[in-house]
Amino acid sequence: MAVNYTTLKEFMTTIYDSAKRKHPAVEELVSLWKYRDLIYQLVRRDIVARYKRSVLGVAWTMLNPLGTMLIMVVVFSRVFRGTENYAAYVLTGIICWTMFSQSTSMAMNSMVWGSQLIKQIYVPRSSFVVSTIMASMVNFVLSLVPLFLIFAITGVQLKSSALLLPVFMLLLFSFSLGIALLISTLAVFFPDVADLYPVVLTAWMYLTPIIMPLEFYREILDGLLLYINPFYYIVNLFRILMLDGFVPHLQTWVATAVSSFGVLIIGWIFFCLKADDFAYHI
Amino acid sequence: MTREPQPDSAIFLNNISVRYRIPTEAIHTFKEYMIKLLKREIDHKSFSALKEIDLDVKRGEIFGIIGRNGAGKSTLMKVISKVLIPTDGRVWVKGHVSPLLQLGAGFHPELTGRENIYLNATLLGHSHIEIESKLDEIIEFAEIGSFIEAPLRTYSSGMQSRLGFAVATAWQPDILILDEVLSVGDTAFQKKCIHRMGKFRDSGATVLMVSHSIDQVREICERALWLNKGQIESLGSADEVCTMYQNAMSS
Repeated sequence: MAVNYTTLKEFMTTIYDSAKRKHPAVEELVSLWKYRDLIYQLVRRDIVARYKRSVLGVAWTMLNPLGTMLIMVVVFSRVFRGTENYAAYVLTGIICWTMFSQSTSMAMNSMVWGSQLIKQIYVPRSSFVVSTIMASMVNFVLSLVPLFLIFAITGVQLKSSALLLPVFMLLLFSFSLGIALLISTLAVFFPDVADLYPVVLTAWMYLTPIIMPLEFYREILDGLLLYINPFYYIVNLFRILMLDGFVPHLQTWVATAVSSFGVLIIGWIFFCLKADDFAYHI
Repeated sequence: MTREPQPDSAIFLNNISVRYRIPTEAIHTFKEYMIKLLKREIDHKSFSALKEIDLDVKRGEIFGIIGRNGAGKSTLMKVISKVLIPTDGRVWVKGHVSPLLQLGAGFHPELTGRENIYLNATLLGHSHIEIESKLDEIIEFAEIGSFIEAPLRTYSSGMQSRLGFAVATAWQPDILILDEVLSVGDTAFQKKCIHRMGKFRDSGATVLMVSHSIDQVREICERALWLNKGQIESLGSADEVCTMYQNAMSS
């Protein structure tokens, strides 16, 4: 049987030397790139496995936020009568929040699944978290379909600012990945984090203008709680781009970018520094 | 003992120690941990799974590792296959190490056999192109036939293990770890597996054989290592080490 390396050079250079390791945060990044085909397979698995056994398949991703929106509109439209186009307001909030809350919770669970493998073979430890967040981004794109539908029904016209959507998605991705890395690391060492996190998420959602109008937070909470809430910047940016239809000020961009990339960098370094200990604990 | 790996080294371990920190009482929750941390009541006992191991296995060598349960054999294999980063010391390994994967650990029940081959093989670090070129061979070796497009949950456990084994051994490793005897499928399939292992060995792979069967180690291996409570009890020619081990066990 012939030796199966693409080149002899690759064969000669596959040396693992624990004395010559780079900084864990750099090494994990290099390793993740080497295993990019694995990330693709894991993303694919997440998406395919989720829809294979359900009749409506992909449609659920679109029907879910639409259903929640309908409930909110029926329940709250009289309470928040002052809000212009409440349906579109609440739907923009819901699809951002769903992406964030679902992806981070699922990433934590996939880490538990992955820990079975991490004990047996070497794979970049971050693969499971990264791939879960990526698969959720695909769902986010699908959930834009019902949003555009509601826009069409309620007469919202997309402006050219919507072209900046990819930039927004990069920020949403970074923020979700950062938080997912932080809580997944904690969940490896303390299993009760998995029980605690949904409670934290519920509290966090009510502190963020997802369902209730912005004025409510400005008047009652004095605005302060808004400005220290990183997710406020994200949902705010999304609504400016999609609903209000103008290109936001530089300071809005800076605030969102600093909080999203900041969380990602902190999460990444924290995860990588603790990753070597995973095999000792799980 | 040299401090640097030699040109003909395949595995080089220098002063390897693995210490697990075990809290003297179990702390399972984050809440408990925070309370104990604030009260400064966390106490750790350390348990050494491996202590100051030095080892230099040459390329192409057939090397046996013996010892009782809990002696640190599995921990040593994990260190070599990069799963566990040692607490102290240097580990140097040249080339690909065969996976220690429990067969089928990376499978997903809803995906088809074909999709699972891709998933499993990428977990083992192979690229998409590498897998494509081996796909037919894997399917044939696993004897899956027309089931290849069916979801894995419809497979019998024998079919699942055959598929797992076929993927894990589709690529020739530089370092082959044989952990206990293979117990996959029926006798005919086992013969096929042993034949494939023999081929790997013949084409120059370094073989690490972890075994309870002393006679097997004495027969096949050139050198052997006896691990006892995480330390090297004896290292040398397989015949000598096995005799010493047997004498110690029978006394």
